[in-house]
Amino acid sequence: MKTQVLNQLKEKAIWFVFVILFIGFAIANERFLTMNNMFTIARQVSMYGIAAIGMTFVILIAGIDLSTGSIITIVNVVCAYLMVNSGFSMTAAIICSLLMATLIGLLNGFMVSTIGIPAIIATFATQTIFEGAAYLLSGGTPVYGFDERFKVIGQGYVGPIPVPVIIMACCFIAGSFILNKTYFGRYFYAVGGNEEASKLSGIRVSFIKYLIYSLSGFFAGLAGIVMLSRTNSAQPTAGKGYEFDVITCVVLGGVSVAGGYGKISNVIAGVLIIGILTNGMVLLNVSSYTQLVVKGIVLILAVGFDCIQQKRKLI
Amino acid sequence: MNNEYVMQLQNIRKEYPGVVALKNVSLEIKKGEILALIGENGAGKSTLIKTCSGAVIPTSGKIMINGKEFSSMTPQLASENGIAIIYQEFNNVGGLSAAENLFLGHPIKKGFLIDKVAMEKEAEKAFKQLNINIDPKVLVKDLTVGYQQMIEIAKAIQQDAQVLVMDEPSAPLTTAEVESMFKVVELLRAKGVSIIYISHRLDEIFRLSDRIVVLRDGEYIKTLTTKDTHVEELIQLMVGRELNETYPPRNSCIDKNKVVLELNKVCGNGDRDISFKLHKGEILGLGGLVGAGRTELAQIIFGAAKKESGQIIFNNKEIDPKTPREAIDIGIALVPEDRKRHGALLQTSVKNNINMPIYKRISRLSVIDSKKEYEIAKKYKEELVIKTPNLNQIVKNLSGGNQQKVILGKWLAANSELIIFDEPTRGIDVGAKYEIYKLINHLVENGKTILLISSEMEELMGMSDRIIVLAEGNITGELRREEFDQTSIMRLASAMKEVKIKNENTGS
Repeated sequence: MKTQVLNQLKEKAIWFVFVILFIGFAIANERFLTMNNMFTIARQVSMYGIAAIGMTFVILIAGIDLSTGSIITIVNVVCAYLMVNSGFSMTAAIICSLLMATLIGLLNGFMVSTIGIPAIIATFATQTIFEGAAYLLSGGTPVYGFDERFKVIGQGYVGPIPVPVIIMACCFIAGSFILNKTYFGRYFYAVGGNEEASKLSGIRVSFIKYLIYSLSGFFAGLAGIVMLSRTNSAQPTAGKGYEFDVITCVVLGGVSVAGGYGKISNVIAGVLIIGILTNGMVLLNVSSYTQLVVKGIVLILAVGFDCIQQKRKLI
Repeated sequence: MNNEYVMQLQNIRKEYPGVVALKNVSLEIKKGEILALIGENGAGKSTLIKTCSGAVIPTSGKIMINGKEFSSMTPQLASENGIAIIYQEFNNVGGLSAAENLFLGHPIKKGFLIDKVAMEKEAEKAFKQLNINIDPKVLVKDLTVGYQQMIEIAKAIQQDAQVLVMDEPSAPLTTAEVESMFKVVELLRAKGVSIIYISHRLDEIFRLSDRIVVLRDGEYIKTLTTKDTHVEELIQLMVGRELNETYPPRNSCIDKNKVVLELNKVCGNGDRDISFKLHKGEILGLGGLVGAGRTELAQIIFGAAKKESGQIIFNNKEIDPKTPREAIDIGIALVPEDRKRHGALLQTSVKNNINMPIYKRISRLSVIDSKKEYEIAKKYKEELVIKTPNLNQIVKNLSGGNQQKVILGKWLAANSELIIFDEPTRGIDVGAKYEIYKLINHLVENGKTILLISSEMEELMGMSDRIIVLAEGNITGELRREEFDQTSIMRLASAMKEVKIKNENTGS
């Protein structure tokens, strides 16, 4: 009984961290706890949240996707280019760029699953390739001048709630549904827990890997669309370094880097923590360099905590 | 006690929780002799030699080396006292040269630097002494397995080994390589090195050894002088245990008219020309020593390894499963040998494990019917009497026997017709074993067909309707239930045909 309660507390621990951090910032700066700032945070984290769904899947099977930031960038540039220079309709441009993002994910899946390149190297390569491609396509200059309707995705409201927050919520619901209600979710956990035993239980492990990396590409692409609409101009550096924050969110949310364990609900907490941490530090006038130092330490703490848990399990 | 002996093991006993692996085994080895150590799988050979190297600490007993007494060894003590062990897995570093490997751990130095030239010179000398023709500069990864083993031997001699223990040294070698290894071993004997030679190939034992020590079930049985014994006597000693375990009774359920599985000259994964028929309701036992190619055959049938040639016919249809998924979908299941690594998903719940192969079948538009999921898990939990507090318990927390039942439940849920068991009771305690046997009977009584791989001869004989014995990837014989007999199985498993001919030639 006692261990059960303890385990439950451990599972919710990340939410306590969130609450403490929240209260801390609220006390430190009176501008933090305003309605206006809350919505700012919500809008800021929406992109992390959307991309974090795909990353959660990837880390669940003990993989990693470093191409998230570059996919966000290339989607920004391509979607903008299609709308401004190629005369695509808004819908067509969005669909095409999401398709491209998914295909980049599929390419990652091919390299990891079929060729057998370690995920960290394969996705590091695609990161570099599409960062370069975005520059080549945009010529290094921002692309802008979109349809007014396009702004709705990143800047619109439904009642008092910003549209990107609604998109993020839908993504979390979809992610949670996939993980808990469909057989794919069972397969993801199984493959992450033990690839060989999964194969011998009849799971097509390579198909699952293709699927997961494609999903990761898709969600990164969706985050890219939201970002493009928010900023209203495609920057060739739009998503640079984004994967770092997204990975931190997921690991903070308790998804084990060893694979096989993690919950979407806690990833939400991870996303919110990174959100208020970034926002709070800005309000407190912490320099962006110091912010990097802090975020790096947070990642080490999160992974370190997970590794200690893993070691205990082995004993 | 007696200076004639280089090393003596006296009353070595090793207990593990619930098992006695060695029961007061004693063994002596003289200077310059080859002592063969033989016994069935699990007789305790490996455990015994590990006590010499320090890898296993004996519960009681002592080890005497040149008159010095030890209660246990450490790897360092062993090497200081001239004991070297050559395992089946070599300790070579592939990216370093032959000379560098020879001096691994204690290189010849010139100041702070490694003196490559001196090492190469010394290595050349060392190799020459053993009549081995290896270029000291060549990288070890570019050498054949045979030469890599030679380097291991040379390394042991370089470190002044007086007792060299070789664990199944011929297993990875080709016939020609075995010949050269024999020559080196004989040369070492002539130089006064004592050799403990472990092998299950009895022909080698007769060719090489001076004396033979037989172990069985962790007990010392007998020491024989090689020239005064013969194959039949050895086999008798290795298997001569009394059969006292009981097996649950079963009415024969064989339907002679229905062949479920037929293999026709199947080759691949190390196996050659495997042909047999398996009838509905039959339990066909696959006997043989570890490494005989039984697990490998199971992998081919289950689609987990590639078939090179030959036909597999399942329910009158030729099949060629490329993945376990395909095999599962036509009704073939495998309960693998390594339960924890390959069988159960330990971090996953009982419910999810049981449903894992059939999630697609119980889903609509990929959404799981959670009521069905629960009911199926519950059904097999009850049918197989899986002891678990609830269906959401993770499998890791169950006992070995119950884990095995979960794996079985998964295949029953998948409606498998042919179930391949690979060492189904390994690491399972006695009471749970009996329960597994009852379940296997229950399966055939309900129309399932079983292929049973087991290294425990009693289990094989107690459970099978028929036994096929494999040795080194080939079928060496088939026995009907009335022909079951430990000696015959052992003879087939040791691939004794050749030796028999040899013996007849020498007139014994």
